[in-house]
Amino acid sequence: MALSREQVAMRVAQELQDGYYVNLGIGIPTLVANYVPEGIEVMLQSENGLLGMGAYPSKDQVDADMINAGKETVTAATGAAIFNSADSFAMIRGGHVDLTVLGAFEVDQNGNIASWMIPKKLIKGMGGAMDLVAGAKNIIVTMTHASKHGDSKLLESCTLPLTGVNCVKKIVTDLAVLEVKDGAFHLIERAPGVSVDEIISKTAGKLLVEGDVPEMVF
Amino acid sequence: MAGFDKVVSSYEAAMEGLKDGDTIIAGGFGLCGIPEGLISEIKRKQTKNLTVVSNNCGVDDFGLGILLHDKQIKKIIASYVGENALFEKQLLDGEIDVVLTPQGTLAEKMRAGGAGIPAFYTATGYGTPVAEGKEVKEFDGRPYILEESITGEFAIVKAWKADRYGNLVFRHTAMNFNPMAATAGKITVAEVEEIVEPGELEPSQIHTPGIYVNRVIKGDFEKRIERVTTRD
Repeated sequence: MALSREQVAMRVAQELQDGYYVNLGIGIPTLVANYVPEGIEVMLQSENGLLGMGAYPSKDQVDADMINAGKETVTAATGAAIFNSADSFAMIRGGHVDLTVLGAFEVDQNGNIASWMIPKKLIKGMGGAMDLVAGAKNIIVTMTHASKHGDSKLLESCTLPLTGVNCVKKIVTDLAVLEVKDGAFHLIERAPGVSVDEIISKTAGKLLVEGDVPEMVF
Repeated sequence: MAGFDKVVSSYEAAMEGLKDGDTIIAGGFGLCGIPEGLISEIKRKQTKNLTVVSNNCGVDDFGLGILLHDKQIKKIIASYVGENALFEKQLLDGEIDVVLTPQGTLAEKMRAGGAGIPAFYTATGYGTPVAEGKEVKEFDGRPYILEESITGEFAIVKAWKADRYGNLVFRHTAMNFNPMAATAGKITVAEVEEIVEPGELEPSQIHTPGIYVNRVIKGDFEKRIERVTTRD
């Protein structure tokens, strides 16, 4: 069965390592913070200028001057640092953020990502996504494997305007975990109960399947 | 005003000299850390054909969004404008130009502008629509695009505290773009919650030194929150 949003987030959380600085995008990536494995510490970076994002505040703690990049009220975790936007993107562009997790409309077999613009629909802007994909050491994309109409989102070549090129290393979809390297998607794991054939049929780009592909373990 | 005393007592004085066609660089992230009273003064003045450089464009009835009501903004350079229905309408009607700019590139454009650096190379945006028409150069085998810096006739920022000399301290994430914006204006105006005497701010804790700031005004802030999220 296809994974729920929470399960996708749980699977991404298994990629976290002790001491990681992580930037989580809006949507499923945000949920990853709820599933940080026991025994490890990660620090969340919010690109409006906060390293060490904490939980949402209690009603009494709500402070208009304390928000995250999604413009939600948040708190600062113990040991947090707050800084300006140029410093925030210096740490992003300078390759100091260990992992970025973000959503996408499309990813292709060369690691290109399209996530910010659908022509002829309203264009709202890229925010910090282009900086994040250009700068993070490691990028994981979360998305559904195919659209509601069944169209694959894992393509030979992205059709939508790009957010970044040759940057996506790993994809966690509702059906599979895939690595992107050497011009192909490599199937690493499949969702419990999802067949390799289904993943093949829903992957438009070049897909390499080697040996028995294990099911994800939660 | 004498010596280094930057304090002005009216919004009229704070925005004196702003004229049609000027470029205004504004601090703020969403509605967080925005110079509310200075924006209202620009609306009152009805200055037109403005180019506004800001991460966002407020919401329909608050922040920079109020400058859309009377079509005061001709062009906006921003990273994300998705919170504003009136903006969408003016964009679709061709009444406003928008230059969508990656958030880090926007911050760096302001920072570089204030630092006298006319342009810089960045990997951000390479291979995307942002790179169209821009010079590409490889360093160590990786392609980068040339981005030009930004300065403006005015910069408007919001700070927590200022002393009379214009030294500024920001509070929490209301800092955001404000320090960079402050450096990039020919005339920089800071609207602040509290003005103290010189010497009351710890010198090593000052975020923006007064050399960048021309005018300081004490404001009253609504501090509207875009998305109140709580764990309760």
